[in-house]
Amino acid sequence: MSVMLQLDDVSKTYKVGAFGGQRLVAVRDVSFDVAAGEVVSLIGESGSGKSTIGKMILRLSPVTTGAIRFDGNDVSRLKGRALKEYYRRVQGVFQDPFSSYNPIFKADRVFKMIKDEFFPHVARSEWEQKLEESLDAVSLDPVQVLHKYPHQLSGGQLQRLLVARALLLDIRFLVADEIISMLDASTRIDVLNLLADLKARGLGVLFITHDLSLGNYISDRTVILRRGLIVEMGATAKVFGNPQHAYTRMLLASVPQLHRTWEEVATELETTPVEAIDSRLKVAYARTAAALEHDDPTDSALVEFEDGHLVRRYESAAGRTAPVAGEAA
Amino acid sequence: MALQVDDLKVYYRTLHGDVQALDGVTFAIGDGEIMGLAGESGCGKSTLGNSLVYLTGRMKYVSGTVTLDGAVLPIWDFDAMNPHRFKHVSVIPQYAMSALNPTRRVGKMIKELLHARGIPYKSVSDELLRRLELVGLGGEVLDRYPIELSGGMKQRVVMVLSTLLDPSLLVADEITSALDVSTQKAVAELLVEFRERSFVKSMIVITHDISILSQIADTILVMYAGHLAERASAKVIIESPRHPYTRLLISSLPEVGIRYDDKRLVGIPGTPPALLDPPTGCRFKDRCPLAYEKCAEQPPFVEVSPGHSVACWRETP
Amino acid sequence: MTDARTSEPLPAVIPGAPKAAGATAVHGAPSTSSFREALHFALRNRKLMFGVGITSFMLLFALLGPLFAQHPPLEYGGKLSLAPTTHDGYWFGTTLLGQDVYAQFVTGLRLAFVVGALGGGIAAVIGMLVGFTAGYRSGIVDEVLNMLTNVVLVIPTFALLLVIASYLKVRGITTESIFIGVTSWPWAARALRAQTFSLTSREFVSLARLSGEKSWKIIFKEIAPNMSSYLFMMFILLFGGAILIAATLDFIGLGPSNTISLGMMMQLSVQNAALQLHLWWWFLPPGLAIMAIVGSLYVMNVGLDEVFNPRLRSM
Repeated sequence: MSVMLQLDDVSKTYKVGAFGGQRLVAVRDVSFDVAAGEVVSLIGESGSGKSTIGKMILRLSPVTTGAIRFDGNDVSRLKGRALKEYYRRVQGVFQDPFSSYNPIFKADRVFKMIKDEFFPHVARSEWEQKLEESLDAVSLDPVQVLHKYPHQLSGGQLQRLLVARALLLDIRFLVADEIISMLDASTRIDVLNLLADLKARGLGVLFITHDLSLGNYISDRTVILRRGLIVEMGATAKVFGNPQHAYTRMLLASVPQLHRTWEEVATELETTPVEAIDSRLKVAYARTAAALEHDDPTDSALVEFEDGHLVRRYESAAGRTAPVAGEAA
Repeated sequence: MALQVDDLKVYYRTLHGDVQALDGVTFAIGDGEIMGLAGESGCGKSTLGNSLVYLTGRMKYVSGTVTLDGAVLPIWDFDAMNPHRFKHVSVIPQYAMSALNPTRRVGKMIKELLHARGIPYKSVSDELLRRLELVGLGGEVLDRYPIELSGGMKQRVVMVLSTLLDPSLLVADEITSALDVSTQKAVAELLVEFRERSFVKSMIVITHDISILSQIADTILVMYAGHLAERASAKVIIESPRHPYTRLLISSLPEVGIRYDDKRLVGIPGTPPALLDPPTGCRFKDRCPLAYEKCAEQPPFVEVSPGHSVACWRETP
Repeated sequence: MTDARTSEPLPAVIPGAPKAAGATAVHGAPSTSSFREALHFALRNRKLMFGVGITSFMLLFALLGPLFAQHPPLEYGGKLSLAPTTHDGYWFGTTLLGQDVYAQFVTGLRLAFVVGALGGGIAAVIGMLVGFTAGYRSGIVDEVLNMLTNVVLVIPTFALLLVIASYLKVRGITTESIFIGVTSWPWAARALRAQTFSLTSREFVSLARLSGEKSWKIIFKEIAPNMSSYLFMMFILLFGGAILIAATLDFIGLGPSNTISLGMMMQLSVQNAALQLHLWWWFLPPGLAIMAIVGSLYVMNVGLDEVFNPRLRSM
């Protein structure tokens, strides 16, 4: 599979405080890629910078340092006409379906906007056919959803309309930023399955979420983000099946599962062995979030633990890496 | 029985008529029981939870009785409910943590609240500090402004405040929804802790997230479109539900471990009915794969096995 | 996971369309035309109807009144200090110097509306340009525009006008309107900036950007229409404010030098001791007119607020 989107040491720094004196680093040296026909989950809690990354990919927020490459070309500083061309290939869907629509207009106006900007000369009948195909691809009945105001439709329908809008452009990459977190449980899975269908069509999808179960269900690879830094990434099965970083383990231990209690999950995680990455490093499993509080691994690197599975070195509370048993400190 | 609700009906007034949000619910909660109230938006769970404490401007009490510890709660009378609120029945409203007055320090806000309820601060200050320590917040949180606290900290402050007078019943409305997954776990575990230490006798935990309920609730009550669908112990609801809605709902939840490539999950097609002019009969029949002619008549909510009640013609013999 | 920024929890009232957890429902009523709904409430709102009634009456008076004036407003033709009489067309009497008060009144009334429209209009345009731009594009542009707004806000307009007045030999109504427009836009800019800022953070603006729409298009096609009621009310306030400011400036003697306005009538009447001489017909009509127009505009605005904001309407 060819790499479609690649982030190369991307960082985002905000100027805060009076007169912009202080700096807030939201995203720090993030590098990963998404191939065609692949779903990558970007998992993080609030403040992790995951939405910021999504916005940077969509050029809604400028990149401070680093490069974002689409099909090999650096898109991180695109403007004007080139940016519009980029939007033919890359689109986004956001968290709040009701905020994504201008409330004073009808919902299908989003299609009209696309037509006016990208397909001004297409004949009406041809356009209507394109619309029908897109709506069909997202399993929506045109009769039920066209010519309605946003408040007359459900959250699930609105989100699917947004995917249909993106499909009109024949996109190759979709950024899905928490797109189902505001939907009801029974409609979530339909929208999620839709993303999987897109994958089958050859699209690349970046699925941004805080919910590990969703990420696990749908993605091929997972990137775990904490405070702007990647702490672990790799094939989903490996990251979830054999989590190495303390933060990943803590996340997995906190997810409420239907058929297992928190205690059962925690016990299982504790007894899963943590492999030594190399003889000089060892990742220690921290039982409490308090230990993670002291973790500030700005200087440590991502190390490849097994094929494709990368982990960031975890510093202990003493500020140094925990030594391997039997070795001198 | 700590709480007994009999055929409670609460509607919302709107320009276009009454929305029958809560249309005749009957159930009971025992002492020390944590009951999860689950359902999707518009099912009436928030209406139910809130109506036990106070009726907001648009809510209209229609009929039914609510009995707490043997005494009838006059929920239709705002002023008559005053002595009961906070002391016997308390609520943590949805978005409570976002509703803390940003211009007041937490300690001052608590003092003002207690004063408004006619409770001298001195009489509870020791207990307040003790409980704040218990939930992992020091006394210094009283000197902070809400903006200085994280979501989890604010939620814990609200939880301590709501249970300060040891109410018999606590209604917690979506208190874990806006939190990170690690804080969710902490807050959910705190609820159980409160029950263990008898700060609260019984609880109604309202949420759309059934997996949280599977961890902390003793029983789960599933609602759909203003009616009760099913009630059983948490284990039974999750492992062997009987109402078609519950079954479809449980099977549509992705879990860590289930992957799309292995097993494609299916949702429930369609949408719940509008409650402005609700359909007759079972309200789930339009989306139910098991619907048949009898569903045109509303099924009663009956016990089909000990501690397990369902409202479905297919399940009632 | 629910979003913690929603309005009051309204139940699902739309047929076949349940609310997603925590989302806002616009107005909560299933009407397809919010304009028609607004009109329905508008016609039933007493304050609005009262305000519109009085303003329309004054406007009509301003348009048609001068047709009935029988003497030029500044001509010193008539008897001095004549009380209102039907004789010779001096319906509002004459001033101490024999000028026709009615003619002056209707001229002043027309000028008042001109100043309101022109001055209010200029202030609205500048306020919109500054407010929209500052609210949409945060960062350095916002900071600069904010500074500009604050500077103009604190400039002492009276002192400035004195300086200008000393340089201009002849001041017309246009100059006065421009001056008012150019000094009264800051508060409008501030209010619009705040509104624009909150709307820009909504995701439909991001979606518009992703659709390739240019910034100007987004501001005027996506954001401004969402504020249409607010813009309308703001213009009414600027209109009324301009009339009031003009009357004040005229009253202290800084009005147009080549014509007569309501404020100037009041100034002259006070200067010439009309109060002591009991020449009530000289200062009462202009005073009442200013009060009526500006007051009814404000009442209209309060009524409009109730029409546009569903929460203020009684059930």
